[in-house]
Amino acid sequence: MEDMETTPELIEEHGITEDEYQRIVELLGREPNLVELGIFSVMWSEHCSYKSSRLHLGKFPTEGERVIQGPGENAGVVDIGDGLCVVFKIESHNHPSFIEPYQGAATGVGGILRDIFTMGARPIALLDSLRFGSPDQKKTSYLLKGVVSGIADYGNCVGIPTVGGELYFHPSYNGNCLVNVMALGIAKKESIFRALAEGVGNPVIYVGSPTGRDGIHGATMASDVFGEGGEERRPTVQVGDPFTEKLLLEACLEAFGTGCVVGVQDMGAAGLTSSSSEMAARANSGIEIDVEKVPRREEGMTPYEVMLSESQERMLFVARKGGEERLLEIFRKWDLNAAIIGRVIEEQVMRIKEGDKVVAEIPVGALTEDAPRYRRPSRRPTWQDDLNRLDTDGIPLPQDYARVLERLLSSLNIASGEWIYTQYDHMVRTNTVVLPGGDAAVLRIKGTQKAVALTVDCNPRYCYLDPYRGGLIAVFEAARNLTVSGATPIGLTDCLNFGSPEREEVMWQFEKAIEGMRDACCRLGVPVVSGNVSFYNETGGVSVYPTPVVGMVGLIEDVERCMTPWFKKDGDMVALLGWHAEEFGGSEYLSVEHGLERGMPELDVDRELRVQEACRQCIMDGIINAAHDTSEGGLAVALAEMCFGPERTFGVRIGLRKRDIRADALLFGEAQSRILVSFSPENGEKVAEVAEKRGVNLDVLGTVGGERFVVDGLMDVEVERLRSLWKGGLEGFIEGGKVKDV
Amino acid sequence: MKFGVVVFPGSNCDHDCHHVLKNVLSKDVTYIWHKTTAVDDDVDCLILPGGFSYGDYLRTGAIARFSPVMAEVEQFAKKGKYVMGICNGFQILCEAGLLPGVLMMNNSLKFICKNVHIRVENIHTPFTSKCRKGEVLKMPIAHKDGNYFVDESTLKRLEDNGQVLFRYSTPDGDVSSKANPNGSVANIAGVVNAEGNVMGMMPHPERVCEPILGGTDGLGIFTSIVEFLG
Repeated sequence: MEDMETTPELIEEHGITEDEYQRIVELLGREPNLVELGIFSVMWSEHCSYKSSRLHLGKFPTEGERVIQGPGENAGVVDIGDGLCVVFKIESHNHPSFIEPYQGAATGVGGILRDIFTMGARPIALLDSLRFGSPDQKKTSYLLKGVVSGIADYGNCVGIPTVGGELYFHPSYNGNCLVNVMALGIAKKESIFRALAEGVGNPVIYVGSPTGRDGIHGATMASDVFGEGGEERRPTVQVGDPFTEKLLLEACLEAFGTGCVVGVQDMGAAGLTSSSSEMAARANSGIEIDVEKVPRREEGMTPYEVMLSESQERMLFVARKGGEERLLEIFRKWDLNAAIIGRVIEEQVMRIKEGDKVVAEIPVGALTEDAPRYRRPSRRPTWQDDLNRLDTDGIPLPQDYARVLERLLSSLNIASGEWIYTQYDHMVRTNTVVLPGGDAAVLRIKGTQKAVALTVDCNPRYCYLDPYRGGLIAVFEAARNLTVSGATPIGLTDCLNFGSPEREEVMWQFEKAIEGMRDACCRLGVPVVSGNVSFYNETGGVSVYPTPVVGMVGLIEDVERCMTPWFKKDGDMVALLGWHAEEFGGSEYLSVEHGLERGMPELDVDRELRVQEACRQCIMDGIINAAHDTSEGGLAVALAEMCFGPERTFGVRIGLRKRDIRADALLFGEAQSRILVSFSPENGEKVAEVAEKRGVNLDVLGTVGGERFVVDGLMDVEVERLRSLWKGGLEGFIEGGKVKDV
Repeated sequence: MKFGVVVFPGSNCDHDCHHVLKNVLSKDVTYIWHKTTAVDDDVDCLILPGGFSYGDYLRTGAIARFSPVMAEVEQFAKKGKYVMGICNGFQILCEAGLLPGVLMMNNSLKFICKNVHIRVENIHTPFTSKCRKGEVLKMPIAHKDGNYFVDESTLKRLEDNGQVLFRYSTPDGDVSSKANPNGSVANIAGVVNAEGNVMGMMPHPERVCEPILGGTDGLGIFTSIVEFLG
């Protein structure tokens, strides 16, 4: 098979263009054989090479005082003091999850966890950011159920808590769901490991599940749009084994303690091929592998299949010469397959042998830095101007404000995610201080007084209406979610989900979103330390809304000072930090009530920063009892969510005096840079002082208490009723198979 | 006094139990590897922690019960020493026949992770002596297979012998079907063997032993055995 002639059809089947093929011939100085063609096809796939995105990703700020490892490794590493660091990354598993939701999502969890423990860190948290098509599509609830059970079964079994996430439905995801998973681990600063194949003669050790034929060309599949019948690609989806993952995790952490590990990388996309060539490339070395020595689960596998398999739960170690037996002993202790399959060589090539026979030999650089990079053409879509036009005079005022609030609270993009997170073990490892349902998850760091706060955020509608501001807002909203938890943002990871980069409009969205995120990161002083790009999320020429998901990590110096969004005491005052505005653009209200996706919320960066600083100051001074970001559904929804405490519900009564702003905009508009807080009356002056000092508007709205949700003159409704609608919205849809009409 | 936390491949609450005993209660505690065929004589109480031993493939606890260490656990119990099984540990003890009953899949057919309330039914055991009779404890469950079942005659025997330690209840201590999260017979959340030295429970007391985690209702169970072993 290796001697098969490379015909134009074969080249096309491998997703390699004519120009790219010519480049391969030049780099090799000859025609590639089939194994080599296969290797190039995965390494030069969009998924592995970032060929369309790399030039743009360079715009992100990636440095900072705390940054120990920026992008380019398996995960980013940020210093949190006390000799410790956090290791985190977010990754997509969109294409496989659409084809086979359960295994697609499960293996997404497995892959991101390996990225974390590969670095020497013990994973302590998972978050998931999920997007599905319209609720009225039959497939939507099937995909949602499959994805959630896949994440639950894998994460629960490995024993890493899934502590937060987001869920969003929109017709643009009808043909492509998005499954992004973020993981975070903790490591000692001095024991971070990197993916380096250093030291000529050092042995290369394979450990984990034996290699099978599953997932061959998974990376290539993830680098293509779906046509009709994408489900036929099911064989390219891998099957996960969380139990082996757990053994691998424990074995790796034990191995790292021996001093015998030189470098290590997970075999993710493009399996053995990418792990070996990337490790060699980073160390400016070469690598030689004998495929006959690779543990296998199937007979008769060819070198092509072994090199391209994406079987899960496998790692590649480079050991210090003489230390290999010690490592093998640990792997045996954990009942894992392990074998020495090759060695580090001086010549900078990746040499694949089958016994004595060389079946592929490629310069390492040809697979990594010499891979193609494209500056794809981009163009502002012609429809963009029209999208941003919003005639508010044509929007009628609601007849019944309470009904609007009820509909928003039970709508799937706002309703409680409880149906999902109760299926995830979110408490194992006993670090979870703020459970799912708040603005950010908070995990204490054992052995210190510190905690970390984690969030994933993106409003794809904003990004569609204006990718620049959408990207900007995604970053600031993530930061706001950390801020209201009492945390200071310290690092960011991103998962950029877009359509085909070969379409100019998509490329424009991509470039603008990155610029928005970059500007926000620079103003916040938060570096991007890791990330992932997922292109080709489109089906039949329809691409998903641009969805640059932001995963952000914040540090809380004193865990006792972390904050939650729920009211704590009857009689407390409730107030807004920030400014009211007559803003409708891109809101859930416009979409749910008026079927409009138009306009665009503004964001004033200076005001945003001041509001966040004021909120953090109030938390640090211990003068507020609750803080909550206002986002989808605006002020009314945020206020209602503050009433829905996990222990008990609270009532609230507010008055809105801003007569110059339409009441529906005041209540349901999504003006940015607004945080709701509550505090005891005796702290009122102190809160006002902090706000004044930071130049932030403080509008005292009303008082916590009673059993009703009252906005003077506009609505008066029982809180329990609101809560049950909010709580039951998602479950009603899933279990009932349809959206409940209020 | 010394505790041993058994580590099966796939245990994942082993660190959590270890942490409570060592860092919260300042007790001597050691990990016991599943391939061990000799548990040290100085160990007084073994804890089989939660997790997914052997991936819970086949059936929860069904493979773990054949783990080399289980013969030791059996001997250990026979000697009258103390054994606690939490969640997966409870499932393993049932599979091994050290506790009566089986744990079937939750009646919702889903994994459930949330805080529940359990009422203490018998305080005259080494595992509950520090609790008050009828005390309601708030602690989380996190399982897919926690639906406890025994046949009628066994149930009667358990009830008569006071072997039911905990029942799922409302916060007010009302044992109703509404308070039953998984379909367990008679709302049973935890039991003890007839000899009184082996107990199993589905809820996770080790997750609520520090105020920062939202509660300390799990402490009573650990301090009971600590005081008993004195």
